[in-house]
Amino acid sequence: MLLLDCPWCGPRSEEEFACGGEGHIARPLNSENMDDAAWGDYVFMRSNHKGVYFERWRHGLGCGRWFNIARSTISHEILAIYHVGDAKPELPE
Amino acid sequence: MANYSIFTLARNALRRHRDWPQAWRSPKPRPSYDAIIVGGGGHGLATAYYLAKRYGMHDIAVLEKGWIGGGNTGRNTTIVRSNYLNPESAAIYDHALKLWEGLSQELNFNVMFSPRGVINLAHDPGEERELMRRIYANQLAGVDAEWVTPTQLAELCPILNLDPNIRYPVVGGTLQRRAGVARHDAVAWGYARGADKQGVDIIQNCEVTGFDIQAGRIEGMRTSLGDIRAPLVGVVAAGHSSVLAAMAGIRLPLESHPLQALVSEPIKPVMPTVIMSNKVHAYMSQSDKGELVIGAGIDGYTSYAQRGSLPVIEETIRAVVELFPITSRLKMMRQWAGIVDICPDASPIISDTPIGGLYFNCGWGTGGFKATPGSGHLFAHTLAKREPHPINAPFALERFYSGALVAEHGAAAVAH
Repeated sequence: MLLLDCPWCGPRSEEEFACGGEGHIARPLNSENMDDAAWGDYVFMRSNHKGVYFERWRHGLGCGRWFNIARSTISHEILAIYHVGDAKPELPE
Repeated sequence: MANYSIFTLARNALRRHRDWPQAWRSPKPRPSYDAIIVGGGGHGLATAYYLAKRYGMHDIAVLEKGWIGGGNTGRNTTIVRSNYLNPESAAIYDHALKLWEGLSQELNFNVMFSPRGVINLAHDPGEERELMRRIYANQLAGVDAEWVTPTQLAELCPILNLDPNIRYPVVGGTLQRRAGVARHDAVAWGYARGADKQGVDIIQNCEVTGFDIQAGRIEGMRTSLGDIRAPLVGVVAAGHSSVLAAMAGIRLPLESHPLQALVSEPIKPVMPTVIMSNKVHAYMSQSDKGELVIGAGIDGYTSYAQRGSLPVIEETIRAVVELFPITSRLKMMRQWAGIVDICPDASPIISDTPIGGLYFNCGWGTGGFKATPGSGHLFAHTLAKREPHPINAPFALERFYSGALVAEHGAAAVAH
């Protein structure tokens, strides 16, 4: 069971949060010129990394706001919590 | 190798069971094979078995990083059914169900397939309409499906709570009579024994560490036991498919999540069928040992840890205790998780890749066990012929670029 430190509300149980999947996937700006391969990659393909994974989470049963976390998908350890729009923190894989 | 029969059993009983031969060998890997299957779960072993038995390829190695059947094959709730919504899905799962029906005879190994029926409950009129739609779709696709009323449910499963005043009352359900359960370990062991008999090398404790790819073609695998050459490789690695794909420079649309299950202490037979509910998220059956086998949901986040979180278990237990009040005093004996590879459309991927000779069979998500024989047969066909069987053609990786998805979130029954 995870204890997530919401940047606005402080530490809360994982039951209050929803995981929004892999983070740092930017919506393409040239969407009118994209082919099927680029669209498929953007919409569906995920790194699904084993190790340190960068994710979006939302404090749905709290402040309702989105934030980013870096979490190990092996140990579930949360290594960093940072704001949407911030760069990925430097962490070992 | 001994053929199992009443006569060999009697003969070995007279010798106090001291002379049974090993069911399969534990060979050292040879430097090269005609084909390598990565992953020694049910699907991988079935693939090797059908490649040898039906497609005449005997020079095959199955590489397993742990022990065979130690992943999701040994961690599921053993439910077998084929009542999926889309015709493509009905075809692929019913192909598997037809193979289940003759599997013990085919393998000369009792996989204990028990077609005791699977019931999917409806708890409100909206769900009733959705399930009726699935019944009609199943009937059109040639899959048996029927509606059962609460009165019939009381006869089919006396311990089910049919009180109309509970939080989510049962208004009816669908029944697939040909569906049921099977013994999951026996499936791995039966396919392993059958494949070994055909000359397949099953190599356990052999982890793949890389792919040998030259000029866009697969040449072999790098493993913890050294390099092994093969011009044809099929990867059947469930939750770890993305990890292997990344080694080959391929991206997959998968997310790996823990899916949990638990069993109660063994009790006398109380449950003659399998009951599933999407709405309250619970499914339960009784094993031949007497344990109630309960399936929970997946955790909402990516994990490779083979353990799930407690809130998921709590939600499932809450639903089970309301649906089956006799369980409220039962002790739960064991609880575990397997890492399942979830696809965006809740349908599997059996596909070639941009690398020549490299094929993937993955994305079975929360419902792979039921498909074991069909998945193995279709993947073997795809590998041997180097082109998909008509049944698995709609399940290529290409669908995530063309948009021809096979959405099965409703029929997959486990919430994603």
